[in-house]
Amino acid sequence: MFTTATTTSQKLLQMGAAILLFAAVIGLILFIAGRFTGKADRAVAALYLAPTVLMLSVGLLYPGLRTIYQSFFDASLKNFIGFENYATILSDPEQLTVLRNTAFWVLVTPFVATGVGLLYAILVDKARMESFAKALVFLPMSISFVAAGVIWKFMYEYRPDQGTVKQIGLINQIIVWLGGEPVQLLIESPLNTFLLIAVMVWIQAGFAMTVLSAAIKAIPDDIIEAARLDGVGPWGMFRFVTLPAIRPAVIVVVTTIAIGTLKVFDIVQTMTGGRFDTSVIANEFYSQTFRSDNRGLGAALAVVLFILVIPIVVYNIRQLRRSEA
Amino acid sequence: MTTAAPLTTTPASKSETKKLSAAATAKAKLTSPWASLAAVVLAVLWTIPTFGLLITSFRTPEDIRRSGWWTAFTNPLFTLDNYKAVLDPEQAGANLPDSFLNSLVMTIPSVVIPLCLASLAAYAFAWMNFRGKNFLFIAIFALQIVPLQVTLLPLLQLFVSWDIDGTFWTVWLSHSTFALPLAIYLLHNFIKEVPASLIEAARIDGAGHVSIFFRVLLPLLTPALAAFGIFQFLWVWNDLLVSLTFAGAPAISPLTVQLSNLSGTRGTAWYLLSAGAFVSIIVPVTVFLLLQRYFVRGLLAGSVKG
Repeated sequence: MFTTATTTSQKLLQMGAAILLFAAVIGLILFIAGRFTGKADRAVAALYLAPTVLMLSVGLLYPGLRTIYQSFFDASLKNFIGFENYATILSDPEQLTVLRNTAFWVLVTPFVATGVGLLYAILVDKARMESFAKALVFLPMSISFVAAGVIWKFMYEYRPDQGTVKQIGLINQIIVWLGGEPVQLLIESPLNTFLLIAVMVWIQAGFAMTVLSAAIKAIPDDIIEAARLDGVGPWGMFRFVTLPAIRPAVIVVVTTIAIGTLKVFDIVQTMTGGRFDTSVIANEFYSQTFRSDNRGLGAALAVVLFILVIPIVVYNIRQLRRSEA
Repeated sequence: MTTAAPLTTTPASKSETKKLSAAATAKAKLTSPWASLAAVVLAVLWTIPTFGLLITSFRTPEDIRRSGWWTAFTNPLFTLDNYKAVLDPEQAGANLPDSFLNSLVMTIPSVVIPLCLASLAAYAFAWMNFRGKNFLFIAIFALQIVPLQVTLLPLLQLFVSWDIDGTFWTVWLSHSTFALPLAIYLLHNFIKEVPASLIEAARIDGAGHVSIFFRVLLPLLTPALAAFGIFQFLWVWNDLLVSLTFAGAPAISPLTVQLSNLSGTRGTAWYLLSAGAFVSIIVPVTVFLLLQRYFVRGLLAGSVKG
């Protein structure tokens, strides 16, 4: 039951066993909780929370602390080397490229995706077939980053331009139509990093659009009416009414996308495998830990990722508090 | 991917269509024809990449190599052979039918388990009093910021020592754990909004915590559970990182891992890659199109109200 399942029936059986086992645990908890009568809050709460606390301690808290500890060790995790891994990240040319790329990703993706999402939300608002138009932009969100990577790798596909060989990637074909030479798009740095960023923008714009569209529609009509009576023009309406009203939503969208962008791994992995100077921290973590077996450096990269996420989350929460107050 | 669908329920729209909204006013600035044109351009930009690969997946390998997919309309010759090829382990060098099953086997418990645990925990936080409640709640909320990367290697070492590495258990356990902080937070917000009088009434009728949970709260919670369930489903089905770390072995690897490998080893075999991509897309897109309403609701609850 706890071994690798290989045949279809084994797999389904194991899945059934897992769900049954889990149901039994929940059933036991509820059974014991049901024995308590009256106000036995403490005991029942302890029961209800026990599995959660156990799983979070073992699955998040312990490994997180352990990774911080391991980041001070060498590749084999045997010898303590202090801050050397962090020094490597901040000085090694390859790692500096990784940091540079990560900066590109985080500085470009959230703002472009949010900008496009906001523009589109405004453009299709109350248009005919609004929901259909929205679904087109929203749909990439439901597919995996891997599939998105494949879709865009095909867009960027390059063939040397000679005789009978024709371009099969749309972008290079457009370059040829415009009279240019086809380019090995995913090989030229730093262009390639921005082409990968475009994929993330493509995925996230739908998220931005949905949230911002809802925020725009929630603006009370009387505010808009009052502004119009005051003679505010369309641009002024956007600048002084719409934008301030949706500011909290914009901040949430930008920060949420920024956090997701920092952790992006699949797109880089699928499209370039981190080669041609396209690696980012999240991808570098994976290749150092599991491919190059430099586990200490991998751990340090994970910790750096963690450190970079914290300020964005804190900012997000503070802005939320302020808008609620 | 251009299927029409019954769409987004956004608050305060239908009844007030006649009044101009803020967005419509801003749009007026961009004089309508230009605004419509810009919208169409964006929609096309967003649809073409997927559409191009979809067309490609129905062309013969020869045609794909020789000409761009946009030429397929002048010389239409479509086939299902690519799908047959990619679903045949001998030809593709990747076992897609098996990994399809693996994705399913991985995803279902990884959605059910955290949802149940999170609703119990959310109930405890919302309607029970105990010492250290606020501290524990904030601690769980704060765990949301831990990136998965920080946990992977120690978890793998742990799974090896428990002798369950290379099995589905690793994936179920880790996905369920990772989902808990956000699920508890969202469900807690939702449960909090249930009127206290409802709970009190049930309590006066002699209901304990168990029957209050099942008879009063669970029916009310259904939309929130659906929203988070869809989120988690898409997240687990589409995940690559956790699967690569714990389930990279061919016997249990999901579609994302196989497709990613295919992209690495057969990066120019577009007849396989295009069909493979759509095999992996079909389930999440179906879920998305059918349950879009809940998905959007979850999105809005998760980000705006936060």
